[in-house]
Amino acid sequence: MQMQGNTSHVIRALSFTFCLVLILILVVTPTVAQQPVRVGVVTFLSGAAAGPFGVPAKQAAEVVVEALNSGGKVPGYPLKGLNGAPIELVFVDEAGGTTKQVTEYRNLAQRVDLIIGYISSGDCLAVAPVADELKKLTIFFDCGTPRVFEDASYKYLFRTGATATMDNVAAALYLADAKPGLKKVAGINQNYAWGQDSWNDFIAAMKVLKTNVEVATAQWPQLLSGQYGAEISALLSSGADVVHSSFWGGDMEALVLQASPRGLFKKSTVVLTCGETGMYKLGNQVPDGTIISARGPFDMYAPDTELNRWFRKAYMDKFGGVPPSYPSYKMAQALLGLKSAWEKAKAKSPADVDKVIASFEHLSFEGPGGKVTMGLGKGHQAVQGMVIGTVKHEGSNVTYVNIKHYPADKVTPPDGVKAEDWIKSGFKK
Amino acid sequence: MNEFLAVLVDGLIYSSWLFVIALGLTLIYGVMKILNMAHGSFYALGAYAAASMVGYWLNHGHAAMASYGVLVVAAVLVGLIAGPLVERGLRFMYGRDEMVLLLVTYALFLILEDVIKLIWGVNPYFVSEPYGLLGTLDFAGLTYPYYNLILIGVAVLAGGAVTLVLQYTRQGKLLLAVIHDREVSVAMGINVSRFYLVTFTIGTALAAIGGAVTAPTVSVVPGMGVEVIVLAFAVVVIGGLGSLQGAALGALIVGLVRSAAVHYLPQVELFCIYTVMALVLIFRPKGLFAAADVRKI
Repeated sequence: MQMQGNTSHVIRALSFTFCLVLILILVVTPTVAQQPVRVGVVTFLSGAAAGPFGVPAKQAAEVVVEALNSGGKVPGYPLKGLNGAPIELVFVDEAGGTTKQVTEYRNLAQRVDLIIGYISSGDCLAVAPVADELKKLTIFFDCGTPRVFEDASYKYLFRTGATATMDNVAAALYLADAKPGLKKVAGINQNYAWGQDSWNDFIAAMKVLKTNVEVATAQWPQLLSGQYGAEISALLSSGADVVHSSFWGGDMEALVLQASPRGLFKKSTVVLTCGETGMYKLGNQVPDGTIISARGPFDMYAPDTELNRWFRKAYMDKFGGVPPSYPSYKMAQALLGLKSAWEKAKAKSPADVDKVIASFEHLSFEGPGGKVTMGLGKGHQAVQGMVIGTVKHEGSNVTYVNIKHYPADKVTPPDGVKAEDWIKSGFKK
Repeated sequence: MNEFLAVLVDGLIYSSWLFVIALGLTLIYGVMKILNMAHGSFYALGAYAAASMVGYWLNHGHAAMASYGVLVVAAVLVGLIAGPLVERGLRFMYGRDEMVLLLVTYALFLILEDVIKLIWGVNPYFVSEPYGLLGTLDFAGLTYPYYNLILIGVAVLAGGAVTLVLQYTRQGKLLLAVIHDREVSVAMGINVSRFYLVTFTIGTALAAIGGAVTAPTVSVVPGMGVEVIVLAFAVVVIGGLGSLQGAALGALIVGLVRSAAVHYLPQVELFCIYTVMALVLIFRPKGLFAAADVRKI
């Protein structure tokens, strides 16, 4: 009797515990499925790079994440959030230099599940090793230096935007085709890594394509100097057929405003490899014949796909009719690349990071600028086709003519080959 | 020969631009012994105010020629509003070490940068119409907008006006007395606080004029005051802190050296400016026109 009584107590206790566990599972399981994925977004929110790059990128992140979290709004991406989990954005300012950014990265890594960010090449080079050290999935969305994956390889780091090599190789290819008689080339580039790398790639590619090309002058004003009177005089005096510039933001706009009345755009063909960001506001001041790049198939050069049409409309509806510029496209590309990898891996939570990384490597996905392939850096670095065109005004509208598309393999080195060596080899595959 | 003339013209234009900005900085230091880092923000405020007001003026179909007047009005307004406000705040710090005041104005510079972002946002502003409105001049085989020549006129006018006021007016002479000895000036019944207020306001307005006349030639963006303040400091250090003639000579040296470097050796452009500054400081540690210190017993 005594034993029977004990057994029934045990059975009752076990039943109670089982019910309790069942209830807990029923209650907790949906909560786990709804746990948001916290994504840190690092972009310039202050300083000179905020207006042309940082803020448009931040706004694109807001547009895309809002649509993804609603579910079914982004063409080609029917699932809600990241495989059902909502995305939560945490924004951090990229201003302040590399030392500050490394510290900020370490702080941010403790608060978020993964990080998307970085416009400055210097910041990318500084943050890259820390991403692997902290084992934090990190996606560079914009910075252009090819050195990130040429000089090292990383497990936790990806870059969904193509490198700057293709901007300048494509510019050289375009010019060699459009101006077969060109003999003298000049440059005006900001005196830091971005300007120097851009000019070196451009002039090396130009010398491969046109062996007798001569450098008329290479101007190196300080970043953000704003006054280019003497440089414009030197460019005008040089008699160059072509002037190459990788100026961006306010510097690029100031160069256009100061050089245009002085006739530089009439005397030489000017190539602005970052020109697109200024075209919405400055378009009417940019003279006919100026060659403009958007650092990829973005904005006016983006393909007419359902995804691109949705992205432009959603962005313009939210931000008073202002169209998205290339940093916006590149941010959207990073978020959609992450989503593709996450869902291909069938990841349920950030704990599945290894599965996400395996899916991300060599992934191909669709962005608003078209197909993106993680084709370099052992599958961690994106390659994409390149587009360049020439400005032509039609009444008060700015249009682009002689638009040329270059496939990714024509403007990007093969995997494992440094951009500089590839250009000097005569673009050997 | 043509290239040499271009070096001179480009150098003169750049020097004029620098001088207008450095003039306010040197005036404030000369009178108040404040190395005003916030000067770069006043320059930026002048540019933003000018871009907004000229943009408004032209968008409402008013006469384009009058936009030059609007540029000046915008700068004066910035001077009249920001100058007294900031000077009021700085009064609590008068008499402190110059280094403390430098740090205070640096903090102010950072605050004003954020104020600018709060008011105008981070997108660029353009108001290029006044730049091309007067046409162009062909000289030494090159084309220069007349606007650039006006810039030289503005510099001469601003420098001349400040010198005339200081040398030939009663108020100017009283101000010179304040510069020489604040305590004795107070003892003699001079209202030093009022002179500080007026000087700071004029200095602020000069920075704002620098920004306003620059606005038509650039894209007005956040951070535009940063580089300017560094260059303006180089100019006043070369010339000697607080010296008007020094600021003029410093601006001329920096402008011509930079222009020559751009034309003949562009890769060392930036290096040249600071090499000149270093050389001057080796031989004249207090700058070319620094006044000898009076030792007080």
